[in-house]
Amino acid sequence: MTMQRKAVSLISGGLDSMLATRVILDQGIHVEGINFFTGFCVEGHTHAIRSKDKKKEKRNNALWVAEELGIKLHIIDVIEEYKDVVLNPKHGYGQHLNPCLDCKIFMVNKAAAWAWMEENDFDFIITGEVIGQRPMSQRKATMPIIARESGADDRLLRPLCAKNLPLTLPEREGWVDRDRLFGFHGRNRTPQIELAKSLGIEEYSQPAGGCCFLTDKSYASKLGDLWQSRGERAYEIDDIMLLKVGRHLRPAPHYKLIISREEGENHYLTGYQHEYTTIRTVSHRGPVTIVDGTPDDDDLLFAARIAARYSQGRDADRVTLSITPPGKDGREVMVTPLAATEVLENWYV
Amino acid sequence: MSEHEIDARRLLCPMPVIRTQDKINTLEDGDLLTVACTDPGVTSDIPAWCRIHGHEIIDTLTEGREIIITIRVHKNQAQAP
Repeated sequence: MTMQRKAVSLISGGLDSMLATRVILDQGIHVEGINFFTGFCVEGHTHAIRSKDKKKEKRNNALWVAEELGIKLHIIDVIEEYKDVVLNPKHGYGQHLNPCLDCKIFMVNKAAAWAWMEENDFDFIITGEVIGQRPMSQRKATMPIIARESGADDRLLRPLCAKNLPLTLPEREGWVDRDRLFGFHGRNRTPQIELAKSLGIEEYSQPAGGCCFLTDKSYASKLGDLWQSRGERAYEIDDIMLLKVGRHLRPAPHYKLIISREEGENHYLTGYQHEYTTIRTVSHRGPVTIVDGTPDDDDLLFAARIAARYSQGRDADRVTLSITPPGKDGREVMVTPLAATEVLENWYV
Repeated sequence: MSEHEIDARRLLCPMPVIRTQDKINTLEDGDLLTVACTDPGVTSDIPAWCRIHGHEIIDTLTEGREIIITIRVHKNQAQAP
């Protein structure tokens, strides 16, 4: 009797990993998916926080893909382990703070190393990578690096571009038919879209990529500012979540304000009132502001003037606000809102 | 059969799903798990995760900003089609 071979597929929620998985499923392989949560994923978070996005359909694309394909999906929290990838990328960063090559090595390695995979007799790993599609991690030169440094070696199969790469174990052993794999390359996505059509896949999320905040210029700038202000390259999950929320203004090197932009962000920032000094407008409707750093009393009064600038009392002579340090009673202050011209452009992080 | 609870309030998706998944991995067939959440995304994501793993949503209750989802654990079932 032929042994049922099993593959674990890195599911991002995009089209490429969906196609790669489907191609292998169609060859009779049992496939289960893995999706890694690094903390930097774009999808979901900002929609969950902001009220204006509340009406948008919310779904986790990786889960949606798994359900469409009829496979199990295991979502793995790698926030702690991923820090080393972000902070010390052996292969460096891309355009911003995106360590794409190290990230892919980490993910394949994490999948390969996952004790679960061996315990369940899984045989190989598949990804939706396509040669030449990504400038950093998906080049012909980097494909072998990922296979080698991840430790997966020839147990790593890329079904969408396998014909452009050396034979892998699943192909050599005849577990999968190389003739039914593909030789896609480059940034042109027409072959993937045509393959999807031929497989009857009509709905899919945006083409692969664009799912990581580390590729975003504005986010990377905020993360760089965080490291610089703290004098060390380190972060906790709450730090990186807060970088996704509100306006970030740094009026002085030793403190930063995070000012909500709407109701949903008000609620989200209120959740941090036990960890940060919180400023709220009292006399007018306005934002919730949290203060990160080591501000003194004068700094907090100045911060209140900035917060008032973003309230409905921005044109009033006086605005009353409360300033509440974490775990202490708050005090009310009355301040003159900062004029628009007094909010300096270089404060914006 | 036993009843269990986890608190996933203030966590944003997919963390409530991960907490649910990790807890269910320790439970037995027939156990009930109640998950308290605040991210509206859970009303889509936790049922999706349950469907593909063969677990059953018994109840979804919204109280203000809180969403309480109760799941019956089904182990050793064929995966969802």
